[in-house]
Amino acid sequence: MSAGQNLRTIENALSRAVPVEVPGLRKYGPYVSPFAYLERQISAPAKGGFPLRLREPRHDKVTDDIKKAVERSGLENGMTISFHHHLRNGDAVIPKILQALAEMGFRDLALAPSSLPDSHDMVADCMRSGLVSRLFSSGARGEVGRAISAGELDVPVILRSHGGRVRAIEQGDIQIDVAFLAAPACDRYGNMTGSAGRSACGSLGYAQVDARHARHVIAVTDNLEDYPLHPRISIPQYLVDQVLVVDSIGDPSKIATGAARISRNPVDLRIARNAFDLIAASGLLTNGCSFQVGAGGASLAVAACVKDYMAEKKIRGSFGLGGMSGYMIEMLEQGYFEAMLDVQSFDRSVTDSMTRNASHIEIDASCYANPFNRGCVAHNLDIVVLAALDIDLDFNIDVQTGHDGVLRGAIGGHPDTAAGAKLAVVAAPSFRGGVPTIKESVTTVCTPGETVDAFVTERGICINPKREDLLECARNARLPVKDIRALRTEVEKLTGVPDAPEFDRNRIVALVEYRDGTLLDSVYRVK
Amino acid sequence: MKAAGKGHPCRSMLYMPGNNPGMMQHVPAFGADSVLLDLEDAVAEREKDAARRLVAHFVREIDFGGVVVTVRVNGADTPHFERDLEEIIPSAPAAVRIPKCHSPEDVKRADAAIGRIEREQGMPPGGVRIHAMLETAHGIEHAFEIARAAERVEALTLGGQDLTADMGVQKTRDGAELFYARGRIVMAAKAAGLMVFDTVWTDIDDAEGLKSEAELAARLGFTGKAAIHPAQIDAIHEAWRPDARELRRAFRIVEAAERAEREGKGVISVDGRMVDGPIVVRAFTLIRLGHLYGINEEADL
Repeated sequence: MSAGQNLRTIENALSRAVPVEVPGLRKYGPYVSPFAYLERQISAPAKGGFPLRLREPRHDKVTDDIKKAVERSGLENGMTISFHHHLRNGDAVIPKILQALAEMGFRDLALAPSSLPDSHDMVADCMRSGLVSRLFSSGARGEVGRAISAGELDVPVILRSHGGRVRAIEQGDIQIDVAFLAAPACDRYGNMTGSAGRSACGSLGYAQVDARHARHVIAVTDNLEDYPLHPRISIPQYLVDQVLVVDSIGDPSKIATGAARISRNPVDLRIARNAFDLIAASGLLTNGCSFQVGAGGASLAVAACVKDYMAEKKIRGSFGLGGMSGYMIEMLEQGYFEAMLDVQSFDRSVTDSMTRNASHIEIDASCYANPFNRGCVAHNLDIVVLAALDIDLDFNIDVQTGHDGVLRGAIGGHPDTAAGAKLAVVAAPSFRGGVPTIKESVTTVCTPGETVDAFVTERGICINPKREDLLECARNARLPVKDIRALRTEVEKLTGVPDAPEFDRNRIVALVEYRDGTLLDSVYRVK
Repeated sequence: MKAAGKGHPCRSMLYMPGNNPGMMQHVPAFGADSVLLDLEDAVAEREKDAARRLVAHFVREIDFGGVVVTVRVNGADTPHFERDLEEIIPSAPAAVRIPKCHSPEDVKRADAAIGRIEREQGMPPGGVRIHAMLETAHGIEHAFEIARAAERVEALTLGGQDLTADMGVQKTRDGAELFYARGRIVMAAKAAGLMVFDTVWTDIDDAEGLKSEAELAARLGFTGKAAIHPAQIDAIHEAWRPDARELRRAFRIVEAAERAEREGKGVISVDGRMVDGPIVVRAFTLIRLGHLYGINEEADL
């Protein structure tokens, strides 16, 4: 019997059935509320800190032999390996390393990347072959998503937000044995950065966490620079055990794509306009404000509206946060914000900006969003604009399962920023490809509705009823406010109601962990 | 019935290709006052039949919210004209736009055909209005007769692209070549008591050009302007935003008019000056326009 079957479950505060224990992983508590963890008074020291290492002076860290590097790392069957996803769809490190591990005969590894790029269908093969038996990730797309949803892994995949992953590492839920960290620029002692080299990717914010906590750290580079790496070091040498030199860590054209353009799609532009109008009406866009938005074309359109408004009203913001797009960096350079805090860079125009501009600051994932440290930036955020696959009448957001129930997304910083921001706006079309976005109940809760303040579509703005103040602002500004139930009815008149996917409710294939480590929801095998 | 009706403001009229259901389904989202589902220039010859059926279906079945729905049919000189009317009129759009109205006879022919279809379908006579599109020199010179050619003519519209071609000149950014045509068509429409729409601004990347052309159209007396992209709607609406000072005065005029009526007085005076009937009518029009910008009373200004 596989571990996902017939687990004892309990209903959480969102009436979702979640297991109380997953064999091979740990015991779990059900989700209670966004900040219920504050009652818990955790005083235990963080686990998973990097162990002490004793090395003779001037010892040699460099090798060009993957297998030798793996042998030296002490990796064994059953252990946990990690990667970062800063190289996006250009990444060649994950396939290269997994292939070597397969050739070396490894089995039963836990794969714990910060997320999996869209392009890594080969990971599904590694799951089928038994090389990878457990997966902890921010998301699963493509063939990997399909394989998980079909029940091809026995142990449920654990899906976490970026902040939740750091918490899991620091609390010891994820104990990384060997971290293989792609390094676009690296010296022979392992000082590395992402903001230089032909495979430059910008911030290494997720990798910094792995470097601090992994038992063994291997920098993987195609660009060995003279010691000491300068002018910028993102991960310092004392955290790095080995430097593995390879031909190529990835395809530069896919690592740093050209800057995303502002969408010209009229529906996207209408959504963006409505989102901006709500932001303006909220009264939060004032001197010293902070702002986070994604890099999609529609998100950039919101940023463009924000910029015009700030210019007109002569507003200077405090900081922009998150995944950083060229557009946000432009706003920094033009003086709309004091600083940009960058955990992950989205496009080529951002890559070397950190070296040029001291106000473009690289932050690690703990600083970004970890709820269990002494203060993360997400909790200082005023405004965030987020996307969604689906939303339900309680404003719960699904960014993982599509209308067919198959895993196809990534949680990213969604629940972290939604919980932390004063205003969390979720913007999405009211329907896509004939499928309505508003469901009575989402398939998978990834961000609890109580942290979502408004849902903005091209057809109007739905305000979470708990935000009476925001509703009043929107009404006073004469925005097109609609009740979410009414909007759902309006859209379903056009689209009809699609059949819900069928699930095998006895077979949990993945679990969505909230940022505090409680369980938000279970993902079931698609029939 | 999605009638525009007298007094329903149509500042913007958004062109939408009649063969693009993906866009047509989003019409209510764009905020245009009216939409023009196009069967003519936007639709390739071999897609005419499919587009006609699609548009008829959309007009009949889809809730366009408060948006006034009009359809541009193919010209009377094409084999599609009759079939367009046969299929579109029963779906009861607020109006059909008849392109290339050259003379009053073009409108009369369309009027007769629409009237016959309305009778056959048991629809209220005259329910579907005509928007006559003038886009030839001959049409412009006969603007008033065209406006008066049939009861159901509700608006004149200027087709600047074809007109400049017919005139043998280029359409320029400042539009000097259209100045006479604009004046003529506005005057004809006003004389006949109709709405009148300005031509499209074709360069969707030139927001400044759109702004100044829309402002010019509003100043000349057009009641609205066509848009070829949803991104143009806001700029068009902005051009028709009533002047705050004028609107303030309109509130006072209407208040005085209402007071005069209560008190049975024939003479209306505001700020110590006599106010005539047409000025009172204009004041009401301005106030209705103000509602579209969320200005419902003087305090909103």
